[in-house]
Amino acid sequence: MFLDVENLNVTFKTRRGLVSAVRDVSFTVEKGETLGIVGESGSGKSVSSYAIMRILDRNGRIANGRVSFDGMDLTAFSSREMRELRGREISMVFQNPRAALNPIRKVGHQIEDVLRRHARATKYTARKEAIKALEAVRISDPEKRYDAYPFELSGGMCQRIVIAIALACDPRLLIADEPTTGLDVTTQKVVMDLLAELTTRRGMSSILITHDLGLAAEYCDRIVVMKDGEIVEQGKPDALFARPANVYTRRLISATPRPGAEIGDLVDPPVASPPRPELGAPLLQVKKLCKVFGHGDDAVTAVDDISFDIREGETLGLVGESGCGKSTTSSMIMRLMDPTSGEILLDGKPMTDVPAAKFAREPRRASLQMVFQDATDSINPRFTARQAIADPIRRLTDESPKGRVEELATQVGLPLTLLDRFPHQLSGGQKARVGIARALASRPKLLILDEPTAALDVSIQAVVLNLLAELRASLGVSYLFVSHDLHVVRLLCDRIIVMRKGRIVEEGVTASIMDNPTDDYTKTLLAATPMAPSAERDGADTAMQVERAIAE
Amino acid sequence: MALAENTNADKGQRGFGGHVLYVLSENPITAVAFGLFALIVIVAILGPLITPYDPLESNAARALQPPNADHWFGTDSVGRDVFSRVIIATRLDMMISVAAVALSFVVGSIVGSIAGYWGGWMDAVTGRFVDTIMAFPLFVLAMGIVAAMGNTVENIIYATAIINLPFYARVARAEVRIRREAGFAQAARLAGNTDIQVLALHIFPNALPPMMVQISLNMGWAILNAAGLSFIGLGVRPPTAEWGIMVAEGANFVVSGEWWLAFFPGLALMIAVFAFNLLGDGLRDIVDPRQRT
Amino acid sequence: MNPRTKLILFRVLQAIPALAGVILVSFILTRMLPGDPAAYFAGPAATPESIAEIRAAMGLDRSLPVQFLHYVLDLFSGDLGNSLSTGQPVLEELARRLPASLELTFTALLLSCGIALPLGIAAAVNQGSWIDHVCRAVVTAGVSLPTFFTGIVLVYVFYYLLGWAPSPLGRLDFVYLSPPDVTGFYVIDALLDGDMETAWGAARQLILPATTLALFTLAPLARMARASMLQALSSDYIRTARAAGLREGQVIFGYAFQNAMLPVVTTLGMVFSFMLGANVLVEKVFAWPGIGSYAVEALVVSDYAAVQGFVLAMAILFVLLNLVIDILYTVVDPRTREG
Repeated sequence: MFLDVENLNVTFKTRRGLVSAVRDVSFTVEKGETLGIVGESGSGKSVSSYAIMRILDRNGRIANGRVSFDGMDLTAFSSREMRELRGREISMVFQNPRAALNPIRKVGHQIEDVLRRHARATKYTARKEAIKALEAVRISDPEKRYDAYPFELSGGMCQRIVIAIALACDPRLLIADEPTTGLDVTTQKVVMDLLAELTTRRGMSSILITHDLGLAAEYCDRIVVMKDGEIVEQGKPDALFARPANVYTRRLISATPRPGAEIGDLVDPPVASPPRPELGAPLLQVKKLCKVFGHGDDAVTAVDDISFDIREGETLGLVGESGCGKSTTSSMIMRLMDPTSGEILLDGKPMTDVPAAKFAREPRRASLQMVFQDATDSINPRFTARQAIADPIRRLTDESPKGRVEELATQVGLPLTLLDRFPHQLSGGQKARVGIARALASRPKLLILDEPTAALDVSIQAVVLNLLAELRASLGVSYLFVSHDLHVVRLLCDRIIVMRKGRIVEEGVTASIMDNPTDDYTKTLLAATPMAPSAERDGADTAMQVERAIAE
Repeated sequence: MALAENTNADKGQRGFGGHVLYVLSENPITAVAFGLFALIVIVAILGPLITPYDPLESNAARALQPPNADHWFGTDSVGRDVFSRVIIATRLDMMISVAAVALSFVVGSIVGSIAGYWGGWMDAVTGRFVDTIMAFPLFVLAMGIVAAMGNTVENIIYATAIINLPFYARVARAEVRIRREAGFAQAARLAGNTDIQVLALHIFPNALPPMMVQISLNMGWAILNAAGLSFIGLGVRPPTAEWGIMVAEGANFVVSGEWWLAFFPGLALMIAVFAFNLLGDGLRDIVDPRQRT
Repeated sequence: MNPRTKLILFRVLQAIPALAGVILVSFILTRMLPGDPAAYFAGPAATPESIAEIRAAMGLDRSLPVQFLHYVLDLFSGDLGNSLSTGQPVLEELARRLPASLELTFTALLLSCGIALPLGIAAAVNQGSWIDHVCRAVVTAGVSLPTFFTGIVLVYVFYYLLGWAPSPLGRLDFVYLSPPDVTGFYVIDALLDGDMETAWGAARQLILPATTLALFTLAPLARMARASMLQALSSDYIRTARAAGLREGQVIFGYAFQNAMLPVVTTLGMVFSFMLGANVLVEKVFAWPGIGSYAVEALVVSDYAAVQGFVLAMAILFVLLNLVIDILYTVVDPRTREG
């Protein structure tokens, strides 16, 4: 056993007393092994790793338990001894890479600091060693990047720098805490592959902390599942996915979108998937839509000549990574923004005759509504749920708010007692329901769903997706589902369009895009999205394990 | 921490009054500030009714008496009771600062909100205007304005209002800009609110908590400003009782040991400013709904 | 031209609209007064003839844009008008008195930064300790202190009661002769002259007024230092640095402190604004012969040209100070170098 965590208990002192964040957690990591710690928010997965590194917040402490690393008892180490250890024997990589770097110090110097601290380089050799570290993480043009500041680099490059800092002194254990959250899917794959290769080549052990079960399954030798500060199950990915022993694990696995699963299969126990509505005449027609920001040399074309249709009752998926123009497209269709050129037709009538600034008073405002990504941001903090849902009813319809609000709440499964709460008193799933209820208040014909489940835990996401499917079946409303997650899109959408740099690169029926993509970018996107194992042994997984065995 | 589906399900909802009491009980310093503030307001309102002596009545025989049983704060160079004058001055100083702050808050928030929401040339023009004010050391600008417009109390109010305007304009602009593209602002537009409705009913009420802190801190500063201007002879004239001018008159006597003429008005000034500064934090806790459990 | 020089030049250019605005506002204050501006400038004791003379001299019969042009031209040739009480050009008087104010302000600034910054940083690094409590008490109390009041209290305690400080009557007690003029700062000039006694005499006079002024700016500086240090210490990059095992010293002073100082530099602009205003009050209390007391004396006798000259001079000084801060910030923060 290389790393042995025994009965770890971590408590935090809060205003409401002592809170137990990690309870009796025990796991091990063998030499050269990659362990995945999987859990939703609040499961204690990050806190456990902070406890191993002894970098807990001021008000947190290890109440109980032992952490031994290569025979040394880390829990008994002094601060000084831990500081010697960190960076040299055990390193950590965090999420949000640009924020993880000192913004006013050159990245090369930041690597040097670590090298010199652990006596791996002197003042004279530091620069050379730092450049070697940059080369190890495959940064292009390392000599030039050495002098760069974090704000000059992309998210993916910043993460490579963070990895370079972590691996500079050849540690034997690497802990990666959600290292790819916030990164584009394609960048995510690159970073994970880099980490996997480096740890294998150097014979390092590593711990991958993530909420993404698919990611853990693809890159880890063993998985530990945590919930509410406790471990509920451990095991190898294939065994875990094929025969989960614990109820929670089963729920998590069900909720992870995977090949062969329908929407109804995401919840545990599985339900029948709601039927898909019949398709009617074209409801929304977008023709040659363009949006250019700025003028002259600084002009940026966010949306470049795109055209597509959505029929009544249809759900169209709009897929792309950040910067592809999907948000701008949504804004224009919602008439929050005016296009530079092109047409948007609803029921055959042009929508662009009234400018965005005056659209609020248009009767057609009621037909187009949106569900936002981050429900925390999209509900007025000073409104109760009831007031938030009542606002569009009052302004866009002639109905009396009271009855209608309660009708909508029931439709989205929001308990009526929660209606008088403020957003900060509601959970993520509850806020999502409020957002959906509000969007449906004016009985829209078209609903744009802008990454509605991206900020939610995967089990809540499953519930919300089912809700969306039920609503579409009962109300016959069309959806434009915007997302970066192809697996989620596959579950809900009839057709998919893929956007990149403002243009549509591919479009078609869901099944054909997912199984037989023609465009290179679509293929890259598909390959990059981590795949949860299905019941049968996945060929790709086996190949990875063989590779690892060869490297040892 | 864990996101249970039933967050705070067991805690009842508090009304507004209950929330105020909750904030006060959690934070004793805020309670003290509120208490002091209430005291100052009461003294200002009651003013002439609670002064033991006529603040303007001079009595040469009793000049320069140190604090004693008859005159708690002593008497000044012409025999007026310092305690009465300090009490009366409360009303004048409060009136000046409240008027000045109210004026700058209203004008500043409107200007700043418009600049923050619509941007463009409105932002550029108002930005220029605010920057020009800020290009002056503010107290010096107030001096210049009062000297130019005439040495009256009204002009002290206008001058103080003008130099405080940039703070409100800047805070309002920043807070509105942050929220302009927030989800709830877009949702409000989708719900049929016109731009003005979005700004006034949705964005601005959320921008209010940080502005509340500003108001309270500014009240303190406005009082100091007004007192400072009267200290150097602007605005208020003898024999009016005002804290700044009383300190100025009393300053001449400190070197000969008669400390009470300047000390008590100065102390009153300090307490008032102190109370307003502490109040700012408490107000923010009350107004920000996120503090409601 | 390398990008840094370009950026500095850009900042200098940005100061020009500020100067223009300041001059315009000064013009408005001097000319667009209710009543007869000429009477203001002529003073309360003027005869109708002298008022008419001044009106002609000021060109008040011309149109406003022409007046403004003359105003600006006069400004550039150094003509701020003449003082009523002394008859001397305002600019000369201001120039003569400026070093006294600068000596006071810089000494106060040094004192203030020297205490406030270490205090704020120590409070942030040792949260909850006694230093933190002291810092918070200082900040809360400090923002409430009226400058003129603290000055008077200090005079009472240290001069009247304890007799430690000299009598608050200006820069130098009459037993000393002012040192030969090199910088205009008495303490420095005396030291340069080798005259230790005079240097000490000047320093003694400087202590109380500088302390009063420093107390005023202590609170906002300490508050900003503490707040920005706290924010820096809780940043993600500090977590990375600690996770990489860097020594606490390097983490705090190398990484956190340098980041924390950036917002403090921007606060300095605000602090200067307060300081230049408080300067006027402190100079009055301690009879310090600087430009602040010049303005106060001018106000008393309604010497209008002198007051306006003072306001404009202070404003120009402030714009230049802000320019220096802007340039300093540009040099220190690499993120601004790209413009």
